Amino acid sequence: MPARVLKGIALTVICALVIIPFVGILSTSVASREQVNAAGGFVLLPSSVTLDAYRSIFAGGVVSQAMLVSIGITLVGTAVSLVASTMLAYALSRHGSFGQKPMLMLVLLTLLFSPGMIPNYLVVKEFGLLDSYWALILPTALSGFNVIVLRAFFMGVPAELTDSARIDGAGHLTIFTRIMLPLSKAVLAVIGLFYAVGYWNAFFNALLYMNDSSKWPLQLVLRTYVVNNAELGASDLGATVDVVPPQASVQMAILVVTIVPILIVYPFLQKHFAKGVLTGAVKG
Amino acid sequence: MSHTVTRPVPARDRNGPAGPEPSPSRSPRRSTRWHHRFHRDRALILMALPGLALVLGFHYLPLVGNVIAFQDYVPFLPFGSSPWVGWQNFEIIFNGDPAFLRALRNTLVLTLVQVLFVFPAPIALALLLNSLLSERVKRVVQSILYMPHFLSWVIVVAVFQQMVGGSGLLNNTLRAHGLDPISLMGNSDLFVGLLTTQVIWKDTGWATILFLAALSQIDSSLYEAASVDGASRTRQLWHVTLPGIRGLIILLLILRLGDSLTVGFEQIILQQQAVGLAASEVLDTYVYNNGIVGGQWGVSAAVGLVKGLVGVLLVLGANKVAHIFGEAGVYKS
Repeated sequence: MPARVLKGIALTVICALVIIPFVGILSTSVASREQVNAAGGFVLLPSSVTLDAYRSIFAGGVVSQAMLVSIGITLVGTAVSLVASTMLAYALSRHGSFGQKPMLMLVLLTLLFSPGMIPNYLVVKEFGLLDSYWALILPTALSGFNVIVLRAFFMGVPAELTDSARIDGAGHLTIFTRIMLPLSKAVLAVIGLFYAVGYWNAFFNALLYMNDSSKWPLQLVLRTYVVNNAELGASDLGATVDVVPPQASVQMAILVVTIVPILIVYPFLQKHFAKGVLTGAVKG
Repeated sequence: MSHTVTRPVPARDRNGPAGPEPSPSRSPRRSTRWHHRFHRDRALILMALPGLALVLGFHYLPLVGNVIAFQDYVPFLPFGSSPWVGWQNFEIIFNGDPAFLRALRNTLVLTLVQVLFVFPAPIALALLLNSLLSERVKRVVQSILYMPHFLSWVIVVAVFQQMVGGSGLLNNTLRAHGLDPISLMGNSDLFVGLLTTQVIWKDTGWATILFLAALSQIDSSLYEAASVDGASRTRQLWHVTLPGIRGLIILLLILRLGDSLTVGFEQIILQQQAVGLAASEVLDTYVYNNGIVGGQWGVSAAVGLVKGLVGVLLVLGANKVAHIFGEAGVYKS
């Protein structure tokens, strides 16, 4: 059947366009110096494997430092985001409570506008957060969209459960921690992962707010040494690196360590968003 | 638990108020009841506070910061004490400053090209995926194609450099065969095409999700009836499938047009050096380059403010048009 063959070819080509770059990046990061030099930089399949490039970026220099910054920002940021978002979403899910309607309106309106780069910068500056790690967390810590998704989920929890808890004398904090959170593990995981991916990928906030390059996250280091191709010498990599591996291999190793965390959480993300967690909530 | 995640049903009626319902009649002791409600819900208010503080501090407070659009902003003076200059900062917009007009034109050209080429791509891919008989093949393909959406623009640009950049795979291969390398990434003539290709590579797979969901909603008896009537696969596509997702296509297209003034800021700022401002300056990069980098705070805040206001109007207008077309819209709950 020619139609089926054509479809097969089309899908194979499309998938190859996504996969081949990653194969090449991984290959270049582990290829030998001779092969990288012979290829002029980019190696599609390595003839031998060496981990020198990874050793050099983990030796304690700028890349190691940036990795720690990114991991720290992602962990702390995700925790802050989840705590603030779930508590706010729970309060917004209780109809008729004090201030619920105006607060909900405030959150919904944030979906409609963004204040603009200059005022954002000024607010961060006025708060004294320039060159502080909090500048990479607080401005993006709360996503109105995620709050609305969580709120829709909390509203879907049967009132019978919360009512009976209230009759037994449970307060809101107890209902929230003992009933709502355990019932919403899956949606918490998805929202948490979305926040985490956002923090890990954030690049522009760091460019805007962090002048001190020792506080740069991985994405900014990636931009400087890979996209802008700045020379990455032994002094940048760490004291224990005496022979610098080929620039292309080091660059691709940085790229790999930036991509791998995303690849690790990706299956979890995919499992849940395929079930329509987000699309369902938007329609609600 | 994971099955109940699918569609959280808002259950307004099933969730009673957080405590005893206040009586509907307005009594003179209204302030006492107000106080009573505050007291009753204090735990909820405390829980909302951290999130509310973030919303107010980083979404609403910056709106106040827009006043510098009407000031000759001096960075080292206390906030709000810079001299007021009225509408002076807006003059470059109303008088048609060439650099501003260039940024506006580049933005609109990019939007137009992306609506023409980026928008249809996920529809075509969704139709292709939907026509696959094997669920397993479909899932594997989806897993591969959704992935680039989660990568940052820094990574995507780096990946493109490795593929089609000056010393990337393509040009190394050309050189190895004695051919001339082609400059695809540092070429200002091809910049719009490059940006568009990158967006397609990154987000086409992800964007199929909504279309696949809509396709799965089409009643299969329609296909059976059509094939009984002797409709070929092509005719079924034309008369059953496409009408079935027409609503979604119109809705998403209108929303995209409502977002006309916003084109990939991070993506462009990362690649601006290589091609120069003439080809790459858009409204968002104009604000960044003139304000944060160039120190023209007032003028770039004015441009940002006008862009933001027009953007809100476009989104609201788009939503209205979506309603007129009989679609649900986005801001209708």
